[in-house]
Amino acid sequence: MSNFLTASIGRKFIMSISGLFLMMFICVHLGINLLLIFDDSGELFNLGANFMATNPLIKIMEPVLGLGFVVHIIWSFLISFQNYKARPVSYDKSNAGYSSAWASRNMLVLGGLVLVFLVIHIMNFYYVIKFDTHSMGTAEVGGAEMHDTYSLVAGLFKASVIYCLLYIVGGILLGFHLGHGFWSSFQTLGLSNKSWLKRLQCVGKVYAIVVAVGFSIIPLYFLIKF
Amino acid sequence: MENTLNLTLKVWRQNGPKEKGRFETYKLENISTDSSFLEMMDILNEQLVGENKEPVAFDHDCREGICGMCSLYINGRPHGPDDDVTTCQLHMRKFKDGETVTVEPWRAAAFPIIKDLIVDRGAFDKIIAAGGYVSVSTGGVPDANAIPISKVDADEAMDSASCIGCGACVAACKNSSAMLFVSAKVSQLALLPQGRVEAKRRAKAMVSKMDELGFGGCTNTGACEVECPKSISITNIARLNRQYLASRLSE
Repeated sequence: MSNFLTASIGRKFIMSISGLFLMMFICVHLGINLLLIFDDSGELFNLGANFMATNPLIKIMEPVLGLGFVVHIIWSFLISFQNYKARPVSYDKSNAGYSSAWASRNMLVLGGLVLVFLVIHIMNFYYVIKFDTHSMGTAEVGGAEMHDTYSLVAGLFKASVIYCLLYIVGGILLGFHLGHGFWSSFQTLGLSNKSWLKRLQCVGKVYAIVVAVGFSIIPLYFLIKF
Repeated sequence: MENTLNLTLKVWRQNGPKEKGRFETYKLENISTDSSFLEMMDILNEQLVGENKEPVAFDHDCREGICGMCSLYINGRPHGPDDDVTTCQLHMRKFKDGETVTVEPWRAAAFPIIKDLIVDRGAFDKIIAAGGYVSVSTGGVPDANAIPISKVDADEAMDSASCIGCGACVAACKNSSAMLFVSAKVSQLALLPQGRVEAKRRAKAMVSKMDELGFGGCTNTGACEVECPKSISITNIARLNRQYLASRLSE
């Protein structure tokens, strides 16, 4: 196992596993977020957010998730640097668009933009919910008192068109990243063959579209309705 | 009636491995659309010799698409603008009159330039030497049906074996990765009973050698499969990944 983490397939294995883990997180995150647009009183979303904040399983998974992000990001730079070294002189004329998709060649660029979005996103919500709870209001749902996360999120989207647009762009960028990342992670694990390659690529496209549309529709909803 | 082309060629010239290279521009007239790309290069070289200049060095051998010797990155694509053919099978009818044609060598740290358009693809031989064989003599042709092999496996092994080792996959890959080549050479053996015995060890040894020689890693862009003159499938790469991971995780 000595050099597994730095061998070419080993590095990809790390990217694949961490990527698959983050994709599962995205599913949960999107599921809770969509509660935002189904109940304008905010009760439903507050219940969901409160459940996520108090559930012991989530408490355990939170640092693991953080680690997942850190590993995925650090290894992406490692991989990109080592791949960059493999071609010291580049082509004068290259028609790369003929043989591969732009997103597949620019996963680092897409991932980097998603990272920029992620930092802003964490400052907007996660930081406040986690470390600055005094600034949040409280809401009462079914007799139980909890932090009013709905007002925090809905408030930002209702107040700022710029943030709405930023979150729409963030969702779309993530969609492009996952459009390649989904099937690629299975291919890297070797879980692909002649029939499954096409199926995984198809499922990956659907997943990417669901994620992009799902996350973008929330700010869009607040942008149009309020 | 035969059609002819007038072309401007932009060709990479480099005197030796350590020398600095540069592009040279040449004009060629009355090139038949029926001639092959390499015949066009021959005509260019005749012209250069006539002008007392040094001809362009490029690799070629069988000129019928089976030896894997020819290379050339033509107008931004390995083996030029046609699909599923090597440069020697590329015809000049794929080009337009008055077109500027850019000809470059394969670009990869693992394929150093020897001269002009010729690169050293010895790295592929080293990968094969690291494990791309069956260690014991399996004898002559066995009796038919003595070792049952399913049609599906036989076909897939033959498809993998059609790799001619030209290096177009490395040239096409943005990471200069040799994964398509290595995966084809692993698959052609791993799919058959004679080669299956050493499958895991082979995958590990060949990938280690590939990494050591300075090839990049696979990021699944799929460019190699599209540019491969023999249409080797990237499902071979999934098989290689599977065998490599199985080998490493069972250590």
